[in-house]
Amino acid sequence: MTDALTTVEPPAAATPRGGGGGTLRYVLSKVGAALISLGLIVVLGFVLFRVLLPGDPVRTLTRGAPVTPEGAAALEREYGFDLPLWGQFTRYLGNLAHGDLDRSLVFKVPVAQKIGERLGPTLLLVGVGTLIAVVLGLWLGTRTAWRRGSRFDRTATGIALALWSAPTFWLGLVLLTATGGLFPSGGITYPDTPPDFLSQALDTAHHMVLPTITLVAVVYAQYQLVMRSSLVEEMHAEHLLTARAKGLRDDEVRRRHAVPNALLPTVTLVFLHLGLVVSGAITVETVFSWPGLGLLTFEALRFPDYPLLQGTFLVLAAAVVVMNLVADLLLRVLDPRVRAS
Amino acid sequence: MRQRRWALGASTLVVAMSAGLGAVPAATTATAAAQQGTTLRVAVTQEVDSLNPFLSITRTGTDILRAAFEELTTASAADLSPEPGLAEKWEPSPDKLTWTYTVRRGAKWSDGQPITAADVAFTFNLMLSNETARTANGNYVAQWESVTAPDETTVVVKTRAPQTTMVALDIPIVPEHVWSKVDVGAEPAYPMVGSGPFVITDFKESQYTRLSANKQYWRGAPKIDNLDFIHYKNADAAVQALRNGEVDLVNGLTPTQFDALAGDPDIERNNAKGKRFNELVMNPGAATATGQPIGDGHPALKDPRLRRAIAQAIDSKTIVDKVSGGYATVGGGYIPPLFSTYHWEPTGDQARPFDPAAANSALDAAGYARGGDGVRVDPASGRPLKFRLMLHSGKAFDEQSAPFIQGWLRDIGIAVDVRSVADNKLNEDTTAGRFDLAYSGWTGNPDPDAVLALQTCASRPNADGKGATPDSFFCDADYDRLYAQQGSEFDTAKRAEIVKRMQQILHAQAPLTILSYDNALEAYRKDRFAPFTLSPDPGGFIMNQQSYWGYYSATPASASASGGSSSSTVVWVVIGAVVVIAAVAALVLARRRRATADERE
Repeated sequence: MTDALTTVEPPAAATPRGGGGGTLRYVLSKVGAALISLGLIVVLGFVLFRVLLPGDPVRTLTRGAPVTPEGAAALEREYGFDLPLWGQFTRYLGNLAHGDLDRSLVFKVPVAQKIGERLGPTLLLVGVGTLIAVVLGLWLGTRTAWRRGSRFDRTATGIALALWSAPTFWLGLVLLTATGGLFPSGGITYPDTPPDFLSQALDTAHHMVLPTITLVAVVYAQYQLVMRSSLVEEMHAEHLLTARAKGLRDDEVRRRHAVPNALLPTVTLVFLHLGLVVSGAITVETVFSWPGLGLLTFEALRFPDYPLLQGTFLVLAAAVVVMNLVADLLLRVLDPRVRAS
Repeated sequence: MRQRRWALGASTLVVAMSAGLGAVPAATTATAAAQQGTTLRVAVTQEVDSLNPFLSITRTGTDILRAAFEELTTASAADLSPEPGLAEKWEPSPDKLTWTYTVRRGAKWSDGQPITAADVAFTFNLMLSNETARTANGNYVAQWESVTAPDETTVVVKTRAPQTTMVALDIPIVPEHVWSKVDVGAEPAYPMVGSGPFVITDFKESQYTRLSANKQYWRGAPKIDNLDFIHYKNADAAVQALRNGEVDLVNGLTPTQFDALAGDPDIERNNAKGKRFNELVMNPGAATATGQPIGDGHPALKDPRLRRAIAQAIDSKTIVDKVSGGYATVGGGYIPPLFSTYHWEPTGDQARPFDPAAANSALDAAGYARGGDGVRVDPASGRPLKFRLMLHSGKAFDEQSAPFIQGWLRDIGIAVDVRSVADNKLNEDTTAGRFDLAYSGWTGNPDPDAVLALQTCASRPNADGKGATPDSFFCDADYDRLYAQQGSEFDTAKRAEIVKRMQQILHAQAPLTILSYDNALEAYRKDRFAPFTLSPDPGGFIMNQQSYWGYYSATPASASASGGSSSSTVVWVVIGAVVVIAAVAALVLARRRRATADERE
């Protein structure tokens, strides 16, 4: 007994750190790769929306209302559509360097302003949704792995799989119909809510319930399943046997020895997905008319509003790249093996 | 055991929190609404591009602006004919080039300032001098020479050519004392000083637009206090909101949604004749405005006999019944029947009822012999009659009617290759003449000029396939001559005669065939609102009118409906609070049990 107690494993983080130079090189290489990806995204954004997408921008501007040839030419000049493709590209790069994403064809305001307005609601919805999904996924994943084969495992895993495979749009509409007016069917606040903070916050929370539940329902399963499988794998590890042999309680074996190791792939997944979730909210935002970035992308596509599409594409793609970078850097902090390599 | 209790505690908490959230804000909004009076809440599914009266071109944007800004004349509720708005009367000179409008005395802006001829002249002159100000309604002033306001009630407009739209200028008049100080291209500040029955007080793009009753309105303040337009990106959600009582009025329903609302005792439906027609255009040999052939249309379609045969082989009645669920009108003349003054219906020997046998024999007579595979061959070019049919992908009407059309044309020996493409691709291809058959459709106005203009030679594009909005690429000297005539004919009856003759030409030459006229399907909460004024009446709609009669007529139903809510919300708050407290207690208890259970192990 005493022997076992003295060899209690310290938490994983206490293993020796790698050299400072190695860390710097690692960070630099990851940041460099991210910058290259961003550069490619900028080029791709142009090619996708200015070269490949069909349609006459002037027609979008005028919504098919009759225009004189002079009027059309003036509009083309204003937005630089009269320039040759290369000229349009350099204009686009030049504007981008100044943080200028051009003006929306439909809303006639700077794209950056429009995106700025919509970023808040998306971050709120995706932030809360992801947080709940992560907590729920990890908790259920741990529970189901620990008691795998039990009725709880079978039920929880079954439900998770069913929700994961349900089409988001359909699930949202079913929730909307099933709750029958208990929650608002769209938007972020009612127009007649008093402007004070408390009323606005409560009304926003009220409006958030259904979109959040939908978002959580379709997202949490992957966290749960990854957590479950990596924990199941971990449960065969010999150090758990050692821990049990030391006489640790089952709960403690799980909490201090199994879960931290099993957490690694899940955390990576969470961050990898965080970037995607921003754009994945498009469907949820469309069903519930949530005025976020996803909805803006949907609206931009409907017209289509090229500068706006380009802008949302850049922001959404950059989010994925940045979150990948964060995942890479975080993995190094969490996993000693990455540091050692 | 432990797990189960935990799960129970957690799920109770989630449910409780949801219930709590469901109750509390409902209470706050209910009380707020009670303080602010009655509100008509309208669900809209189309975006508002801008609420700047000089810039807005979306349907929803203009619909809202019509409720907030009076124009010189407005469209009468009954038959959409021009009737006095800000102008009490108007008088053209004998040569129809000078128009004198007498502005109503005593009308006030929503901020209490008087509305004068100077405001009208300011608005028009701003449009004449500033390109940005012409964004939305510039076509009305394109032929204008000058605008002056010799005194407080007189506005004189001189034009370079006679213009029939002078009695129906769809231009919001803005207050000079506000707009002379701001950038005309900027988003306006709220509340927006206006002259209509309502004042726009708040606008949150993609969320809602809020209007309040204009107490200064010259016809008298509306009977409701607020008018909210709430944006839904999803029509099913809007319908659900109507059922839940979150909104009071919805339009743009699909036949399925409309039918589903039939049994609801609190909901009244309005099946209105629509302004929109669906057409099939047949490339009659696309050319530019200067007559240079463009595109790659099938040469056989230059033959009007073939186009007429195609038109005769399409059964509009089946399309109306099977595709539109009966909520549409069988196709006839080019101008929709809603605009009864100008609508023409083919009768007598001009009628062309669905008759595949007649179409077949017409094609036989014209020399289109059937090939070995049953497909007819064009004797001139030797090419088989295989046509591309382009449709708007994702548009239910196009997608569902295309297989019918394919089948009907197969019966007369024409092979159809259906191509579903994105709207922009379709626009781009048809504008450049790269099509054989294509779906199209337009929304008409009480003044038929704009829709008639689409079929003139001048609406064909320039050499690169841009700079115009061609529809069927039709170009006919007689049609164009009549088009010019109707544009300067101020006698409605005579003008209607000309417009009907133009429709006869279109029907005989068949560069297009009308598939159907869409109905406008609307529904509202009859437990909260009395019937609205329809326009036109009968058979018209509540929303997207040519004027503001629908919203202006909003009258709360007997007060019973709104009374009960406050007491029930109190009950809800109490229930919510109790459930939350119970859930927290359950959770604490569960944790404690768990802790002691762990100790025991």
